[in-house]
Amino acid sequence: MSTPRDPAADPVVSAQSAASARPALPRSSVRGAAQLGLAARPGAEAVAAKGWLRAHKWLLLRRLSQLGVLALFLVGPWFGWWIVKGNLTSSLTLGVLPLSDPFVLAQSLAAGHLPYRQALIGGGIVLAFYLALGGRLFCSWVCPMNLVTDAAAWLRRRLGLKGGKAPAAASRYWLLGFVLLAAALTGSLAWEWLNPVSMLHRALVFGFGLAWGLVGGVFLYDLLIAPRGWCGHLCPQGAFYGLLGRASLLGVSAARRRDCNDCMDCFAVCPEPQVIRPALKAAGQDHPLILDGDCTRCGRCIDVCGKSVFRITTRFNRSES
Amino acid sequence: MKDANDTPAPARATTGTRSSRRRFLKEAAGVAGGAGLLALGAGLYARQAAALPATALRPPGALAEGDFLSACVRCGLCVRDCPYDTLKLARLGDAPATGTPYFEARGVPCEMCEDIPCVVACPTGALDRGLTDVTQARMGLAVLIDHETCLNFLGLRCDVCYRVCPVIDKAITLEKSHNPRSDRHAMLLPTVHSDYCTGCGKCEKACVLPGEAAIKVLPLKLAQGSRAEHYRRGWEEKEAAGGSLIGEQVELPVRGMEDKAYGDTRLRPGETPLAQPEAVPAAPGGSSLDSRWKP
Repeated sequence: MSTPRDPAADPVVSAQSAASARPALPRSSVRGAAQLGLAARPGAEAVAAKGWLRAHKWLLLRRLSQLGVLALFLVGPWFGWWIVKGNLTSSLTLGVLPLSDPFVLAQSLAAGHLPYRQALIGGGIVLAFYLALGGRLFCSWVCPMNLVTDAAAWLRRRLGLKGGKAPAAASRYWLLGFVLLAAALTGSLAWEWLNPVSMLHRALVFGFGLAWGLVGGVFLYDLLIAPRGWCGHLCPQGAFYGLLGRASLLGVSAARRRDCNDCMDCFAVCPEPQVIRPALKAAGQDHPLILDGDCTRCGRCIDVCGKSVFRITTRFNRSES
Repeated sequence: MKDANDTPAPARATTGTRSSRRRFLKEAAGVAGGAGLLALGAGLYARQAAALPATALRPPGALAEGDFLSACVRCGLCVRDCPYDTLKLARLGDAPATGTPYFEARGVPCEMCEDIPCVVACPTGALDRGLTDVTQARMGLAVLIDHETCLNFLGLRCDVCYRVCPVIDKAITLEKSHNPRSDRHAMLLPTVHSDYCTGCGKCEKACVLPGEAAIKVLPLKLAQGSRAEHYRRGWEEKEAAGGSLIGEQVELPVRGMEDKAYGDTRLRPGETPLAQPEAVPAAPGGSSLDSRWKP
C-alpha cells in the first residue's frame, strides 16, 4: 500500500499511528476503546470536558422540539385545547394558519388531483420554511419516527451490535421516484397506505390500530438488520426533504477541525455519517461547512465532540477558527 | 498496487471508470429493483384496499371513491370538525383505506348539519365545497333490504325509519298495500326514493331490530341498478308528447269476449264463467296421479 490513506477512512490502521502520536485519545471514545478492546461510549469525553448538560444541549433541544410539536397536536384531543387540529400531513393552527406536507401534496398532484388553495398555501409555507432553513430539519426536529430510529440506534450502540446490511445509499431517491410513479399509475396516494412516518403521527393523534406493528417493524429493522436503515437509507419522505435542503441556510460547520483528535465519536452518533468527512477532513472541499442535503442538522456531533470542533452556522460562514 | 502504479495513467483511468460504472449499474439495478418492488407492492395493496366495504360511508360531499383516494391526505380535519363524532379515521387494519375518514350508519349516523362543517374543514377538496345544501349530499342510499324481518312488512306499524328520516315523506314514504295474510288489513311499506335520500343513515341507526337493521344504507353502486337507457317508458313519453306517439290502437276481437278488453275476465251480473274442464274420476288401481294423456 504505497498510497497515503486518509486516517478517518481506516480506523484500525490509523488508530495505532494516532495512538503513538497522540496518547491522549480517550479510552471511552470509539477509537480509543477499539484500541483497548473496550466498549465505546461516544460522548463520554465531551461530558467530561463540557459537563453533561452542554454535552447534551442539542439533543435536549431536539427532543423538546419533537415532543413539543407532538404535544401541540395532542392537547386538543386530550384536553380539548384546540391549538392545532389535524396531523402532520395537513393541519390548521388557531383556526387560521394552514400547514401541509409538501411530500403528500406532491403525491396528490402526481395522482392527478389539484388540491384546494388552503392546502397549497399550507404546503407552500412548509416548503419555504424547509427550503430556507434546512430540509431535513423536519427529520430530526419534527418527525416522530426519529424518536423510534434514534432509540434503535442508541440500543444498537449500547448492545454493541455490529454488522447488518444497509441498503445502498441511493435507495431512498429511487423509492421517492417510485412513490410518485405509483401515485400516478394507481391514481391514489398509494404510499400513504403504509408510510410509517405519517402513519405514526396519525396513530398518535387519532388512535393506533395495527400501526404499532409497522412502527415496531421499523425499530427492529434499524436495530437488527440495517444500522440507520430507515431514516438514513429508505425513507422517501426524508429523501424529499433532503432534496429541499441542498440550498438551505442553516448548516453544521467543523470550524475548529484543527483540534480534532480523530476519536470518531461524531461518526458513531451521526445519522448520516458520510456527510461529515468532506468538511472535517477536507475531502473534496476546502471549507469546513457540511453542505450535504442529507445532513439532518440534528447537532448531535456538536454535543459529543470533546474538542468543540462543530458548531451550527449559516451557509455563508465558511471560515475556520 | 504495484501493477496499478505501473500502468500508464490514461489506461488506469479507463479501467477505473469502467469498473466503477459497472458497480454503479449493478447497484442501481439492485436498488431500483428493490424500490420498484416495494412501490409496486404498495400500489397493488392500495388498489385492493380501494374497494370500500359496504358498511363504510364517506362524509357528505366526498368525491367518487377513486378521485377521493387521490385527493384525501388523511389529515383528519373533517373528523375534528364533526360535532357529533360521527366521522372517524380508518386505522391500519380497519377496512377502508388507512387514514381516510368514514362512518358507519348503525354506529353513529350523519346528522346532516346545515353548515356541513366537515366539508368546510377539508383543505384539499376531497370533500367538495360545491356541496352547500346538505340535502343534496349522496353518501349512500337506504335500502329496505330484509322484507322478512321488517316489522312493517309483517303488518305492524313500526314506521320508525320513516319517522326519523330527516327528509320524511320524500326520501322515505309509507306505501299502502293489501295484507294478503289477514286479507282485511293494510301494510304500510317504507319505501326509499333515491331522488331525495342523502344516505345519512338515521333510518339504519333507528331500526328497532336487535343487531342488524332491516333497512341499510349502501353505497350507490351497490344499492342501484343501472338505468336501462334503451327502454323508453311509454307513459313518460306519452306525457312529454301530450298524447300517444303511435295513435289509437285497433283492438282485435276475441271470440266470446267481443265487448271486453283483452284479459278482462270480470263477470257481468248473470254471466256464467267459462266451463271448467270436467273432473276426471281417479284411475282404477289407486294412484291419484293421472296425467290424462291418452294416445
